[in-house]
Amino acid sequence: MSDLTKLTIAEARDGLKAKKFSARELTAAHITSMDAARGLNAYITETPEVAVEMATRSDEKLANGEGGLMEGIPVAVKDLFCTKDTLTTAASHILDGFKPKYESTVTTNLWNEGAVMLGKVNLDEFAMGSSNETSYYGNVINPWRRSGDDKDLVPGGSSGGSAAAVAAHMAMGATGTDTGGSIRQPAAFTGTVGIKPTYGRCSRWGVVAFASSLDQAGPMTRSVRDASIMLEAMAGFDAKDSTSVEMDVPNFEAALTGDIRGLKIGIPKEYRIDGMSDEIAKLWDQGIEWLKAAGAEIVEISLPHTKYALAAYYIVAPAEASSNLARYDGVRYGLRVEGENLADMYSRTRGEGFGAEVKRRILVGTYALSAGYYDAYYLKAQKVRTRIADDFKEAFKSVDAILTPTAPSAAFAAGEKNNDPLEMYLNDVFTVPASLAGLPGISLPAGLSSEGLPLGLQLLGRPFDEETVLRTAGVLEEAAGFDAEPTAWWKG
Amino acid sequence: MGMIIQGATGDWEVVIGMEVHAQVMSKAKLFSGSATEYGAEQNSQVSFVDAAMPGMLPVINEMAVEQAVRTGLGLKAQINKYSVFDRKNYFYADLPQGYQISQFLQPIVGEGKLTIDLKDGETKEIGITRLHLEQDAGKSIHDQHPTMTLVDLNRSGVALMEIVSEPDIRSPEEAAAYMKKLRSILRYLGTCDGNMEEGSMRADVNVSVRRLGDPLGTRCEMKNLNSVRFIQQAIIYEANRQVDILEEGGEIDQETRLYDSVKGETRSMRSKEEAHDYRYFPDPDLLPLQFDDAFIEKVKADLPELPDEKKARFVSELGITPYDAGVLVAEKEVADYFEAVAKGRDAKLSANWVIGELFGNLNRTSKSLSESPVSADGLGELIDLIKDGTISNRIAKEVFEEMFESGKAAGVIVDEKGLKQVSDTGAIEAAIDEVMAANMDKVEEYRGGKDKLIGFFMGQVMKATGGKANPGVVNKLLKPKLDG
Repeated sequence: MSDLTKLTIAEARDGLKAKKFSARELTAAHITSMDAARGLNAYITETPEVAVEMATRSDEKLANGEGGLMEGIPVAVKDLFCTKDTLTTAASHILDGFKPKYESTVTTNLWNEGAVMLGKVNLDEFAMGSSNETSYYGNVINPWRRSGDDKDLVPGGSSGGSAAAVAAHMAMGATGTDTGGSIRQPAAFTGTVGIKPTYGRCSRWGVVAFASSLDQAGPMTRSVRDASIMLEAMAGFDAKDSTSVEMDVPNFEAALTGDIRGLKIGIPKEYRIDGMSDEIAKLWDQGIEWLKAAGAEIVEISLPHTKYALAAYYIVAPAEASSNLARYDGVRYGLRVEGENLADMYSRTRGEGFGAEVKRRILVGTYALSAGYYDAYYLKAQKVRTRIADDFKEAFKSVDAILTPTAPSAAFAAGEKNNDPLEMYLNDVFTVPASLAGLPGISLPAGLSSEGLPLGLQLLGRPFDEETVLRTAGVLEEAAGFDAEPTAWWKG
Repeated sequence: MGMIIQGATGDWEVVIGMEVHAQVMSKAKLFSGSATEYGAEQNSQVSFVDAAMPGMLPVINEMAVEQAVRTGLGLKAQINKYSVFDRKNYFYADLPQGYQISQFLQPIVGEGKLTIDLKDGETKEIGITRLHLEQDAGKSIHDQHPTMTLVDLNRSGVALMEIVSEPDIRSPEEAAAYMKKLRSILRYLGTCDGNMEEGSMRADVNVSVRRLGDPLGTRCEMKNLNSVRFIQQAIIYEANRQVDILEEGGEIDQETRLYDSVKGETRSMRSKEEAHDYRYFPDPDLLPLQFDDAFIEKVKADLPELPDEKKARFVSELGITPYDAGVLVAEKEVADYFEAVAKGRDAKLSANWVIGELFGNLNRTSKSLSESPVSADGLGELIDLIKDGTISNRIAKEVFEEMFESGKAAGVIVDEKGLKQVSDTGAIEAAIDEVMAANMDKVEEYRGGKDKLIGFFMGQVMKATGGKANPGVVNKLLKPKLDG
């Protein structure tokens, strides 16, 4: 039997139904792969026993001709999703030993659809970062390397563990969360597909909060079809999340018709930023050509407030984070460092429990909300946010989807950018505007850089029109024919 | 009836504003389904949301919203169809989220008013600034462990209404009247049980003083007062403290103060500089709260008659004095009881019986109305017996005591004890003759011009008949006999 970990979710699903192999075999293959790739540090907690048990149940269902959308498909869960009785860390020291007594809605949905949990994957601490270098549990290593160079590269972030696990075939898919680009940018850095659905499409209940008005869960996979299948399994209205939207979840896979004739695709001129590398510019142009060739109409559009998006994001997200992270105080769960009195206990616990980037954002956010600065920072940022959303609303009057690059560069080396937070923040320049507007966005691999690293293109759509986004992505995927794989150097 | 403090340098007026926290009557908390019952075992009514576990999200309890709107309508206030929940950020061990979900810039209820009842039947209108919904915190317990503070999260997340008044209150008496009236209205509405001992109603009191006619002075806020008496004591102490400082040429520091009910004084808790910066911002976990006119109309249609309207009706329709009406409407249960008694009966007589005998006996035995052994129907039956002449008013009081004691019906007691009023002229004449024969000296005096002695004979005859003689008949028969 060929290596089962090479299959896509769609292929594995069909193979399981056809009884070509069992869910237990599929799971076992992935557990072997996880063993071999432990050096990438993608997983914080591996749960092979749970996986085998779930796979066994799937096999029973499959034997009876039953089973959900993802029956028997082994997946990894970003360690930001609370999983009942399984350590949940948010990659932070402050959640030491925290085993929730509840299961997040998104993972519950996945298990209900038959998915199998391989374990909890690494991320930037509290999802704050673009390189997976802020995790208390150590960096995640990108399975990809520059040609002829064995320097470790970052997988992007914050869903770096999810991206690496999928790219290195340690999981068929993984859940991610995207606040400013945390699904799309790591997808671009690892040659995987990642979709952030519309804000409100997936429940946030049971997902450790970073910035509540931006956080949104989505799948990371190795194909657009897989992303469609997994998104459908994850999504759905949840009365426990007041910002979840009461709408039926479409059959996303059915949206992949391959036909985008007559579709209008917007190309925002403001995204041609100064200093954009030729490689990225060329890839973008290539994407435009592919879509044209498939019968889409290309329209130049303007999103005039784009240049303010990053600044607004880095006010709003830290402001919400500063409040969301106040609950980690050493009183009820996780780390507690005893002190002289209550205030001292807080200082010591939070001082030791949080890493530098998390502290930086708490400080920035606290400042932005303080008396006397609120209007100038938080309120102004919210106004900018409204303008950015209006820009998109205006653009979507004349186009059906928008094509941009996902990130301004390919994956970089560990340590290369983490001395300058601002430079790091620039990674999100193309992903943040859609986050602020709550729009669906997908990143898919579209080519390799001159150094042999994957590069991603991003498609954005109207609110709750993931179907058009996925359909267009499917066409691009087909045209790009991206089938490069990282050399499995970690096995050697 | 404002409070004026006479200082050495002149008169000072006291200005008071109140912020009352009233626990919303609701089976569930404001943003979780946990129970809210008072006195439950510690930490037994705590959901993952109330304990602020990671990833937990608040979901608004619609019942609490309805209760806030109902209260707003009861306070004749503007109802805001669009309001926003904000986070008020501060750290404390019994505040699990590290913020309290409250409403800051856009509360659910805007300006309204409340009429307070003062001595001599006077009334005064106090402006309501706003009412907003917010979560309560948990409770820190400092005295059950030598080195640690224990935390009970049963209260964490319980829905509160914060009702803020304008600085229209001018004396401790007015402050007390405000609390009593607000409590009465909330209880009529069924939106708060008003139980101050259990902490269902607490007040933060803002006090300042000024020369008559001057603009408002600097205020101090006294936190968490949980009885009307403490509110009054705290105001008196605080106002005098401020006058003393000002008279000596000092300035008042705007600060939060604590009232120590044992020492009867207020102490500084934190100054303006030490005040928290709460970093309010809209809670991104919650959508703005929106409802339509139909919702408001639905709540309005369910509103009960409130004390002011009831009082006016008792006065105009039932002919009760404003004072008595005020007493009867203060508690809805009393008003309901009274109305049941007065239905189809003499309202004034009913009011006298409720306020006089019933209240007297309840007070004497420390019983609440709900524990009264005499039901409204029972009291009504007694009044009917008076009205139809079966018993006299005096006998009725005796019967009432017995009813209160044994719980028996009035008619049963009257029959058992043979208390039925005697109107039979033969029997009464015989009693008169007997009394006259036994008091011939007094008869002589009467006939000699001491007419006032008729009262004496009246009493003797009643006594001789065991109080059962119909006083009207006695009166009619006695005089001709005495006159000879």
